[in-house]
Amino acid sequence: MNLIKISWSNIAAKPLNTALSVVLLSFGVGIISLLLLLEKQVTEKFDRNIKDIDFVLGAKGSPMQLILANVYHVDAPTGNIKVSDAQKVLKNPMVKEAIPLAYGDNYEKWRIVGTNFKYPEHYGYQMKEGRLFSAPFEATLGARVAQETGLKVGDTFTSMHGFDNQANEEDAHHHDHPFRVVGIMENNNSALDNLILTPVESVWLVHDHGDHEGENHEEHAHDDHAHNDHAHDEHAHDDHAHDDHAHDEEASQEMTAYLIKKRNPLAAMMLANVVRDTNMQLADPAIEMNRLSQNFGLGMDTIRAIAILIMILSFVSVFISLYNSLKERKYELALLRTMGGSRSTLFRLIMQEGLLLVIIGFALGALLSRIGLFVLSSFLKENFQYELNDVGISTGEIVLFGVTLLVGMMASLLPAVRAVKMDISKTLANA
Amino acid sequence: MITAENIEFKYADGPQFKFPTIQCSPENPLLILGESGTGKTTLLHLLAGLLKPTRGSVVIDGSNTSNMSGATLDKFRGKNIGIIFQTAHFVNALSVADNLILPPFLTGEKIDKQKAIATLERLRLGNKANKKPAQLSVGEAQRVAIARAVMNNPRLILADEPTSALDDKNASEVIALLEEQAKNTGAALIIVTHDKRLKDHFKNQVTL
Repeated sequence: MNLIKISWSNIAAKPLNTALSVVLLSFGVGIISLLLLLEKQVTEKFDRNIKDIDFVLGAKGSPMQLILANVYHVDAPTGNIKVSDAQKVLKNPMVKEAIPLAYGDNYEKWRIVGTNFKYPEHYGYQMKEGRLFSAPFEATLGARVAQETGLKVGDTFTSMHGFDNQANEEDAHHHDHPFRVVGIMENNNSALDNLILTPVESVWLVHDHGDHEGENHEEHAHDDHAHNDHAHDEHAHDDHAHDDHAHDEEASQEMTAYLIKKRNPLAAMMLANVVRDTNMQLADPAIEMNRLSQNFGLGMDTIRAIAILIMILSFVSVFISLYNSLKERKYELALLRTMGGSRSTLFRLIMQEGLLLVIIGFALGALLSRIGLFVLSSFLKENFQYELNDVGISTGEIVLFGVTLLVGMMASLLPAVRAVKMDISKTLANA
Repeated sequence: MITAENIEFKYADGPQFKFPTIQCSPENPLLILGESGTGKTTLLHLLAGLLKPTRGSVVIDGSNTSNMSGATLDKFRGKNIGIIFQTAHFVNALSVADNLILPPFLTGEKIDKQKAIATLERLRLGNKANKKPAQLSVGEAQRVAIARAVMNNPRLILADEPTSALDDKNASEVIALLEEQAKNTGAALIIVTHDKRLKDHFKNQVTL
């Protein structure tokens, strides 16, 4: 026998009242704690991927799309730019470093990115097995790619034209030249995990169909996908054994984007001038992601407000259920006093009942948010190769728990004080 | 042994009561008779320390409860006074057996659940140990209430109209049980009632 047992029995004796308080609270807590988990992880992932990238240079179009496609690898690229055009921007002294990215193919929906060593180095890669790519058609896999496809060092695979989301059966076609896996990177929670890296030349070779294709190529990336694929197709199969002249043509070759690190704060204005009146654009990831999270944030705020409202209702429900039970149990409480229980015994008893309710509600809510996160994560994984896997307790949740306890105490305080102030003689005499 | 000398009590904006001297030892149970409105329950609450006399004092085995207050008084009451009310009340969320161990729990005494169950068995209520109090009949409930009142081996047992809600059979059973329990624990027994059936049963009587 202890006081908790008495409190617990009292709660359990009124399943409906208890359920109402607990369910309301667990929904409120569940939603808020899910938002906290999401915010934490999304911000972390976003920040990790932006890491020191000041601008992205790419084809004109939506700047947000450019960022999403080339920094986060979740949207279709805006198109390609000519290397010769890009060089005009990149040779500017304001550009400290530029990392090239060339898209075009995928393997089982995993994007193949043509780039150089600077790209994995930028994200602090570590090899798990093998080495980085060094020659055309050598591929280094991100950790998740290796895990999901089961490819190992030494394996070969053939790429498929297009980008993950668009690659449906009718649309896509196979390229003949196989890639060979030369290395697998460690998981490092950045964009690298979901990519297949290869030298830029591999992408060029796969897609090099001679000069007359150049224009087609550009359009094709914009919108006219299916149509252009045909033109593409005809040449693809006979043409790409010719390594030799690929390098000569570098100037007329194309790149999807360059990730740029600036030399000093004036770079933004200077580079903006250079890019003006070309078919290229320069997008700032920080600005674009801010814009995104602001739009996004508005929705989050609404959800948060609803969750807070639900929590307030749950506290009101805790208060009402304690207050009502107090009326019914007046005699019982007086009885406890006649058997040796003191005022503080009654106070603790009532406070405990309120706190038990909110603690159970909170625990269920925290559990609910994990389930929600799991569902969301599998959705994101399927659609964007993004995984949210951190189910640890966030600082926000600890604060939320503190607030829950505090408000729970406040809701229990008035009923508890009433129990303390009760006139036992009168209560017993009037029973 | 309990002595309440010349105690008086006045309710705020209410009637004033003057009581005769009450004395009771374990050997001689005391019956206090009175019609309603004569202050029977008030007197019982004064003896139990649930009310404080405006004059006079209540002394139980040498301890003056009129000088105690707060948790000290609550604990003293829990340890030394067993109270039985007209209708038995329980903590309804707890089982019958758990209700029996409430007095030792609330006074910090050793909790002996076996003793509680043995007591219930002696009352032929062993099968109700794990039932909720609401499942007891009125007579059974009163018997359990008596058992609960003596769990801490009190010095004084106070019963407020313990039989008025019961039929003759149950009433005599309850009185017999009260006397037996008081004797076993060596407690003084005071019964406050207007139930005329008890008149012939006790030699020691006070009429208000």
